[in-house]
Amino acid sequence: MPEFSVRVKDLAKYYSIGTRPRPGEAQLREILAAIFLPGLRKLSRRGAQTWSAQNLPGAAAPTDDHIWALRGVSFDVPRGQILGIIGPNGAGKSTLLKILSRITEPTEGRAELCGRIASLLEVGVGFHPELTGRENIYLSGALLGMKKTEIRRNLDEIIAFAEVEKFVDTPVKRYSSGMYVRLAFAVAAHLESEILIVDEVLAVGDSAFQRKCINKMEDVRQHGRTILFVSHNMAVIARLCERAILISGGVVQKDGPSPEVVGAYLLSHLRTSSERSWPDLATAPGDEIARLRRLRVVDELGRAHDTVDIRKPTTIEMTYDVLQSGWVLWPYLLFRNEAGICAFVTRDLDPEWRGRERPVGRFVSTVEIPGNLLAEGVLLVGGGAYSNPPFRIHFYDGDSVAFHINDTHDGDSARGDWQGDDPGVVRPLLPWINVFEGTP
Amino acid sequence: MIEPARGWVPLKLSELAEYREVLYFLIWRDVKVRYRQTLIGAAWAIIQPLVTMVVFTVFFGRLAKMPSDGLPYPLFAFAALVPWTFFARGLAQSSESLVANQHLITKVYIPRLLLPLARVLGGLPDLGFSFVVLLGMIWWYQSLPSLSGLLWVLALVLLAMATALGVGLWLSALNVQYRDIQYVVPFLTQLWLFATPIAYPSSLLSEPWRTVYALNPMVGVVDGFRWALLGGTSPPLATLAASALATFITLVSGAFFFRRVERSFADVI
Repeated sequence: MPEFSVRVKDLAKYYSIGTRPRPGEAQLREILAAIFLPGLRKLSRRGAQTWSAQNLPGAAAPTDDHIWALRGVSFDVPRGQILGIIGPNGAGKSTLLKILSRITEPTEGRAELCGRIASLLEVGVGFHPELTGRENIYLSGALLGMKKTEIRRNLDEIIAFAEVEKFVDTPVKRYSSGMYVRLAFAVAAHLESEILIVDEVLAVGDSAFQRKCINKMEDVRQHGRTILFVSHNMAVIARLCERAILISGGVVQKDGPSPEVVGAYLLSHLRTSSERSWPDLATAPGDEIARLRRLRVVDELGRAHDTVDIRKPTTIEMTYDVLQSGWVLWPYLLFRNEAGICAFVTRDLDPEWRGRERPVGRFVSTVEIPGNLLAEGVLLVGGGAYSNPPFRIHFYDGDSVAFHINDTHDGDSARGDWQGDDPGVVRPLLPWINVFEGTP
Repeated sequence: MIEPARGWVPLKLSELAEYREVLYFLIWRDVKVRYRQTLIGAAWAIIQPLVTMVVFTVFFGRLAKMPSDGLPYPLFAFAALVPWTFFARGLAQSSESLVANQHLITKVYIPRLLLPLARVLGGLPDLGFSFVVLLGMIWWYQSLPSLSGLLWVLALVLLAMATALGVGLWLSALNVQYRDIQYVVPFLTQLWLFATPIAYPSSLLSEPWRTVYALNPMVGVVDGFRWALLGGTSPPLATLAASALATFITLVSGAFFFRRVERSFADVI
C-alpha cells in the first residue's frame, strides 16, 4: 500500500471568462451547420475545443478573458493527515477540490487518490425540499457515495447527531435552517471513506454544532483517514490540521506546519508582516524631533518571526532616531487585534531614560511580551513616541507590523482542554487555588 | 487517478452499474416528488393522455372524420397516446435533466449519464397507470390482448425509452452550453407529435415513404402498440426494423457525444 493517499502533480486548470462572445457561442452556428451539412468531422474537431476548454489558442499566454485558476500545483498528502487549504477568495481552492472530487477535469497535470473518496463541497448536496428528513438522508447519502446498507446501519446515529429525532418524517422545507444544516452535515459526517474532502462547511451552524463537527473530524482523523479541508476559519485550521498549504493566485505559495502557514497568510492578507522599516529618514513617520525607523517582531535569537506560541514570550523591537535634543520622550507600543480592539498600550518606563532628555541619535527599544498573556489570533502592533506636558505626539504608525499567536492545544495553555471558542483579547494563565471545605 | 482526457472517451458502462443505487435513488426522488402536495396525485398520469384522447376524438375522429384502420377512434388514439405521453415526457424531462440538477453537477461526482437516464426511467410508473387504463378500454371495446402482445409491448416500451434517452442525451448535453434547447424541446415535441401516427393511421402513407417515415422511431412504437394490443393484419416488421435502427444510432451517438462533452459540464453549466 502506498504511503500517500493523495498525490497531486503539476495540476492546472484553465477557464475562459469574460464578456466577449465566448468561443462556444460563436460556434453554435458551426455546430448546427455540421449537423445539417455533411462533414461531421468538423463538429468533432471544433467541438473538442469548445467543450473541453483545452488546447485553446493562446493558452500559454493568459489574456483578459482567460485565467489559470490553478497552475503547477503539486503536493502529497500522507495517509491519515489532515491538510488545511487556505487562501483568499478566488485563489483556486475550490477548483482544486472540484478536480480532486472528479467534478471537473484538470487542464494539465494529474492527481492520484488512493482509496474511497467522499467529498463534501456543500452542505445538503442533493437535498430535496419536498422529501422528509429520513428520505433526504438516503438520497444525500447515496449521492455522497454511501451504500444503502451503510445508510440504514447509520440511520439512527445520523438522526441523533443532527438532533432532529422529532422531525425526521417532516419535509425538510419545513425545517429551520439550523436543523437543515445539522441534518446535512450529519449525513456527511457518517461517510465511511478513506479520503474526505471538505470545503468550508463549518461556516454554518451555531457554535455548539460547529464544535461537534470539529470533534467529529478529530474522530475521523483518529481512524487514520485523510482529510483535505478548506476553511477561512484560521483558528480551526491551525487547531485541526498539522499541515496547511496556502494557495493564492492559483499557485501554492506556502506549504508547511499549519500555524506558520496560517500566520503567513493572515499577515499577507492584512498586507503586513512582522517587520517594517523606513530607510528614508525624510519619509519616515515623525516630525522634526523624532522619527520611527523600524519595527520588528523578533524571537529570542533576534530574528523576525510572525508566528508565536501562545505560551512563549515574544519581543517587539522599535528603532527610532531622535533628531533634536532636549525632549523627554515617552515611546509606546499599541496592540490591536484583527477586529480593531485595542488589547493594551505599553510605554517605555526604562528607569535609565525615564524623565530624562534624550540626546540626538538612534535608539533601539525592545519590549518582551510575556507568554500566556494574549489570546490566539493576529496582533497588530503600532509604535509611537510622545512628550508631555504639553502633550504632543512626535511619531506614530499604527498597525504597522503584525504577528500571529497560535495555540497548539497541548492542554498546558489557558485553554486547558477546551476546544471551542474562547472569547477575549487576553488569555492569561492564572493560578487557581481551591480549598475543599467539606459538607457545609 | 485524475488526468485530463482528450478526444472521445469510453462510455464506462461498468461505472453506471457501480452507481446503480444512485440511479435508483434519483428515480425514487423524481417519482416521490412528482405528485407531492397535489390533490389527486398520480391520477394526473392518467388524466393527461385521457383528455388528449377526448380532444383528438372530438376534433380528428368526429369532425375531421379521420380514418382509424377500422378501430374505434378513442381506442385507436389512446393506444398511441399512452406510449407517446411516456416518450414526450421522457424527452422533455431528460433534456432538462442536467440544467435542473446543476447543484448536483457542480457539487458532487456521479456519472452524469445517470441524470437523463433517471428522468426517462422515472416515467415508467406513469406509463404503468395509463397502461392499465388502456387495458380497461381494450377490454371494454374488444377482448384483452394476448400474452405475446403484452411481451411485444415490453419491447416497444424499451424502444420508446431508448429513443427518448438517445434524443435526451443529445439535447441535455447541448442544453448545458446552449439554453436555446429548452425552447426547442416543446416545439420539437409538438412537431414530432404530428410526424407520428397518433391522430391518424400510418396507412395513409404508401411505400416506400412509409419506411422512410419509420425512421422516426415513434412510428414503430405507435404502430407496434396498435398491432400488439388491438390486433391488425400483419406485424409492422419493416417499420420496426427501421425504427430500431434509427434509435440505435441516436442512442449510441448520443451516449458518446454526452461522454465527450461531460468533462466540461461543471465548468459551463
